[in-house]
Amino acid sequence: MKKVYADEKWCLGCGLCNVYCRTCHSETNDIVKAHNFEEPRPKSRLHVETGEKVNFALQCRHCDDPKCVTACITGAMQKDPDTGLVTNDTDRCVGCWTCVLACPFGAIVRDEDAGKVAAKCDLCVKSGEPECVKHCPNNALKFEDRE
Amino acid sequence: MNYVIIGNSAAAVGCIEGLRKNDTKASITVISDEVHHVYSRPLISYYLAGTVTHENMVYRKADFYEKMNVKTMLGSKATAIDAKKKAVTLENGETVGYDKLLIATGSSAFVPPIDGLDKQNNVFTFLKYDSALDIEKLIDKDAKVVIVGAGLIGLKAAEGLAPVSGSVHVVEMADRVLPMILDEQGAAPVQAKMQENGVTFHLGITAQKVVDKDRVEKVVLKDGTEIACDVLVMAVGVRPNVAEAMAAGVKANRGILVDENMRTNVDDIYAAGDVTEAVDVTTGEHKIMALWPNAYLQGRAAAYDMCSAEHDFDGVFPMNAVGFFGLPIITAGVQDGEDMQVLSTGENGESKRFIVKDDILVGMILVGDVDRAGIYTYLMSEKIPLSTLTKKLTDDDFGLMAFEEEQRNERLSS
Ligand SMILES: Cc1cc2nc3c(=O)[nH]c(=O)nc-3n(C[C@H](O)[C@H](O)[C@H](O)COP(=O)(O)OP(=O)(O)OC[C@H]3O[C@@H](n4cnc5c(N)ncnc54)[C@H](O)[C@@H]3O)c2cc1C
Ligand code: SF4
Ligand code: SF4
Repeated sequence: MKKVYADEKWCLGCGLCNVYCRTCHSETNDIVKAHNFEEPRPKSRLHVETGEKVNFALQCRHCDDPKCVTACITGAMQKDPDTGLVTNDTDRCVGCWTCVLACPFGAIVRDEDAGKVAAKCDLCVKSGEPECVKHCPNNALKFEDRE
Repeated sequence: MNYVIIGNSAAAVGCIEGLRKNDTKASITVISDEVHHVYSRPLISYYLAGTVTHENMVYRKADFYEKMNVKTMLGSKATAIDAKKKAVTLENGETVGYDKLLIATGSSAFVPPIDGLDKQNNVFTFLKYDSALDIEKLIDKDAKVVIVGAGLIGLKAAEGLAPVSGSVHVVEMADRVLPMILDEQGAAPVQAKMQENGVTFHLGITAQKVVDKDRVEKVVLKDGTEIACDVLVMAVGVRPNVAEAMAAGVKANRGILVDENMRTNVDDIYAAGDVTEAVDVTTGEHKIMALWPNAYLQGRAAAYDMCSAEHDFDGVFPMNAVGFFGLPIITAGVQDGEDMQVLSTGENGESKRFIVKDDILVGMILVGDVDRAGIYTYLMSEKIPLSTLTKKLTDDDFGLMAFEEEQRNERLSS
């Protein structure tokens, strides 16, 4: 499947991906409202890690055998057998954080504001193409099928 | 091929899904004494609190059995297993033949011998949806609840009942809450959080008797304290349901002994989930690891072995995410032992404690701040030498950056 890959040599650690991720996962879809006004505050699903020499932006790897899915105690977290996308049914999620404990990448974000649910990268199903990739100023994120 | 599963919960679903990945034609039969469609057992407290609806209790959608082509025999208890004839006998006398059998019978609540407890009609255990539905009938804004046991199940009952009843008192023999999974440092904020939400604790003391007619009206503690009671929940411990298996020659200590592929000592009989004592891959010891994700993974591992299919199953070790009134707690692996070093950080309310042995992370207790905990779990399961990391476990910004370049890039490109 097509996934987002980070290239740590090119990442500036600027966090613009976070800005667009958050906007894409907001109600208003408006960059200003999403950051300064909307309640509950939408959450970015990326982790930008910055180091001395390199930086990278990490999000869910949509694993082949996702540990978050086998761990989920409610059945809310599922992998779509056709698309490979791993998504959380937030109506059924109870915010127990078993998936947080299980994900080897630390990819899941606890969203305490939006009713205590596990938030994660959904490859921007809403907009068609991952916003982080689209807006990265240095092409440090690629959306590719490498399998 | 004819597969039969006794039990209809996490381990059973793991087995069904594992079987269907490898074999779309075989016959699969699920036998369970519970009548419900497969539901999430950990949600029974959420149901009582009113935060999860009946519809959302299900672990798999309503068409699950149909889609998986599984025959269900719900509301029927398996009373005997004949390992020679390869058949299971049900309570109604019917027999069900099998080629391969999975025992996924979980555990039952242990009720201690306190005077007259068995005769009362307001005494419950807290393992099943039916118990929650029965308790619900007696609960209103004035109901006085007493819970005996401050383990995971007792505290979950308290969390579920506190918002909808008049009072909740928890009696525990140990000197702290969650004595099996938390040390004092971890237990204190949990207790404080629960007290803030209206739960009263009586720690380091036992309930001596219940004063009764046909219902428990008050619970008397060893020091003479009397607690009025409309609903009594007994949550002092569980016992794996091993009786039918043992009668068929399956070896068990407290739980059924299984190897890394979930095989028992008897040919073609497997066991998975809370009923088993399996190998804890972090210590190499057999133990009961009664947790939902483990049950699922073990059920699935059994399925792959039944089908002789390749499966990279890393095994399981204790790991648990649990929270009370919004305070999250994550525990994994061992909590103490010989030659172990403890690294800790944080204040009482938010703390991280890591247990390290020979440069390998073997256990952790995270209270409050549990973000990215899975990276630590990964260090434990892969036994990655901590000296190869460029950051300390206790660093605030601990993440994948801590891994060596090659390993990090391999992870980023997966
Ligand atoms: C209140 C509560 C909260 C919990 N919270 C968590 C949590 O947050 N996280 C977590 O990881 N775990 C939690 N657990 C533990 C988790 O629910 C168990 O680990 C899990 O249910 C084990 O699944 P299983 O498939 O092994 O067996 P079980 O879920 O125990 O199911 C076994 C089934 O077999 C049936 N059965 C038994 N004997 C027979 C027989 N002879 N014939 C027919 N049927 C039989 C039983 O009735 C039962 O339906 C919680 C448990 C409880 C009770
Ligand atoms: S959340 Fe973690 S475990 Fe789940 S699919 Fe994404 S990377 Fe894999
Ligand atoms: S937090 Fe939600 S998605 Fe994660 S394991 Fe719990 S119920 Fe499943």
